[in-house]
Amino acid sequence: MSGANQGAAASPQAAGSLQTLRWAVADGWTLTGRALAHWARQPGQIAMGLLFPVMVVLMMGYLFGGQMDVPGGGSYRAFIVPGMFALTMAFGMEETFVRVAGDAAKGVTDRFRTMPMSPSAVVTGRAAADMVYSVAGLAVMAGCGVLIGWRVHDGAAKALAGFGLLLLLRFSLIWMGVYLGLVAKGPESVVAVQILVWPVGFMSSALVAPSTMPGWLGAVAEWNPMSATVTACRELFGDPVAGGSWAAQHSVLMAVVWPLVIAAVFAPLSVRRYRALGR
Amino acid sequence: MAEPRFAVVAEGLRKRYGDTEALAGLDLRVPAGTVHGLLGPNGAGKTTAVRILTTLARPDGGTARVAGHDVVREARAVRGRIGLVGQHAAVDEILGGRQNLVMFGRLYHLGAARARRRADELLERFRLADAAGKAVGEYSGGMRRRLDLAASMILAPPVLFLDEPTTGLDPRARNEVWDAIRALVDGGTTVLLTTQYLEEADRLAAGISVIDRGRVIAEGTPDQLKKRLGGDRIEVALDDPGSLTAAAEIVGRVASGGVDVDAEALRIGAPVSGRAAALTEAVRALDDAGVKVADIGLRRPTLDEVFLHLTDKEEVSS
Ligand SMILES: Nc1ncnc2c1ncn2[C@@H]1O[C@H](COP(=O)(O)OP(=O)(O)O)[C@@H](O)[C@H]1O
Ligand SMILES: [Mg+2]
Repeated sequence: MSGANQGAAASPQAAGSLQTLRWAVADGWTLTGRALAHWARQPGQIAMGLLFPVMVVLMMGYLFGGQMDVPGGGSYRAFIVPGMFALTMAFGMEETFVRVAGDAAKGVTDRFRTMPMSPSAVVTGRAAADMVYSVAGLAVMAGCGVLIGWRVHDGAAKALAGFGLLLLLRFSLIWMGVYLGLVAKGPESVVAVQILVWPVGFMSSALVAPSTMPGWLGAVAEWNPMSATVTACRELFGDPVAGGSWAAQHSVLMAVVWPLVIAAVFAPLSVRRYRALGR
Repeated sequence: MAEPRFAVVAEGLRKRYGDTEALAGLDLRVPAGTVHGLLGPNGAGKTTAVRILTTLARPDGGTARVAGHDVVREARAVRGRIGLVGQHAAVDEILGGRQNLVMFGRLYHLGAARARRRADELLERFRLADAAGKAVGEYSGGMRRRLDLAASMILAPPVLFLDEPTTGLDPRARNEVWDAIRALVDGGTTVLLTTQYLEEADRLAAGISVIDRGRVIAEGTPDQLKKRLGGDRIEVALDDPGSLTAAAEIVGRVASGGVDVDAEALRIGAPVSGRAAALTEAVRALDDAGVKVADIGLRRPTLDEVFLHLTDKEEVSS
């Protein structure tokens, strides 16, 4: 058998930590490549995923847009584009969830766990692929935004900072998706995740100004992590920003703090859960 | 490094899930280079045993060594020396067969070129070369299993674990998988195979451990296990229901154990010790009593009977 090497040479146990790190990167890269290969095999599904937020924005913008007054002025369609960027990040968590839960249910995760590969690669590979997908989603959404009248008013540097905050939010949600995917029975539970994501997504400043909501709801919406990122983006893109709460006035700070909090909660939970698979 | 004489050694393995004692002190020894069957009904603890031996789960008690390494303390070393085919084909269904094998090969750190070469070899060997580019989701059950086997063989591991490899497969696919397993064993691999099918254990395994409720209740070669039931059985078939009682009484006289009477099918069966003597005595006595016999003969017990016998006993004693 020519491929036989009895595996001993492949075990990084004896190697130094630099070698361990090298394998962690290589294995993560292999799994990123796997996700990219999935997309190549399912172009229709990927296109649907990318175009869904576009559909929402067109529906909201043209169907409801006529009745909406934007606090601080400006068109409603331009108002919701930053909101839709953030919602795209939130919907992306469903992708993370489905892939992680699918691998766990199909036994693929178990196969990885019986292999002498780097355990962290399962998450880093997933994370890298999800970030690539999110960048594509933002690009599609930005293109659509420009077509319906959304513009960046405050220069490229601030705009890039805004996109950076969006990707930071997405990064934190990867950990939430991984954790929920490991806890769930299977990818079908994505419905439950949607029930979690959608209200949180919509009860924010993404599509409606919290100042127009009933008092208590408006307060919840202003403190929603989604709103922090949305409001920060509007500020960085040079759109008028309204909202009196402390959270709204410090949106850029909150758009950094919230994702860090989410990641700080769900990253250790995910690691613990992954280890607990062996109990 | 010298090959250990036993590829798998488990001593007193315990595992508890809530109130269920999945493993209650399991002992196991599998000589290197053989196929060993772990035979037991649903819920006996087969999967739990395999999960512990493949480092997927930690035992609550006991120890196990696989390919000479402790499954808890030297998990990494064990992982470099085993392959696992779990109860569900653990392959990526969106990717093609070749893509799967190349991916797993890279994760086994073969490097890109060797991973590709190894994938092609294995596709050829498991007769999947024609379907190499097709998405695995479109494979038949047997093809998927074979791909799963191929993926477990990437490193040509010295020890391979197969958890119910043919459950849910049609007879044709089952035969394909059996052929693949035999080919592996010819190459020197040690195989631990779990199954609920006695036929499967009988055909493939040199040694069998019958397990029930988390412990081994019998062990030996298939033939030894069959002998434990009292060797051969005498079987008598009748035409006339009226002679059933008389015939059963006569069979009881030559039998070495309890007589089974099937009044519906008009059949009587019992274990016997002296083969020819028992048969001739039964024929003569039945003839003397004027009982008309449709058929009479000796046969070895099936492993099914051994199994029922063993698990029944367990039921009574516990
Ligand atoms: N993860 C688990 N959680 C709870 N109970 C389990 C778990 N795994 C197995 N069991 C229980 O342990 C026993 C043995 O299961 P298993 O090893 O899967 O048996 P087998 O593979 O022989 O059918 C069963 O009663 C099963 O319900
Ligand atoms: Mg099982």
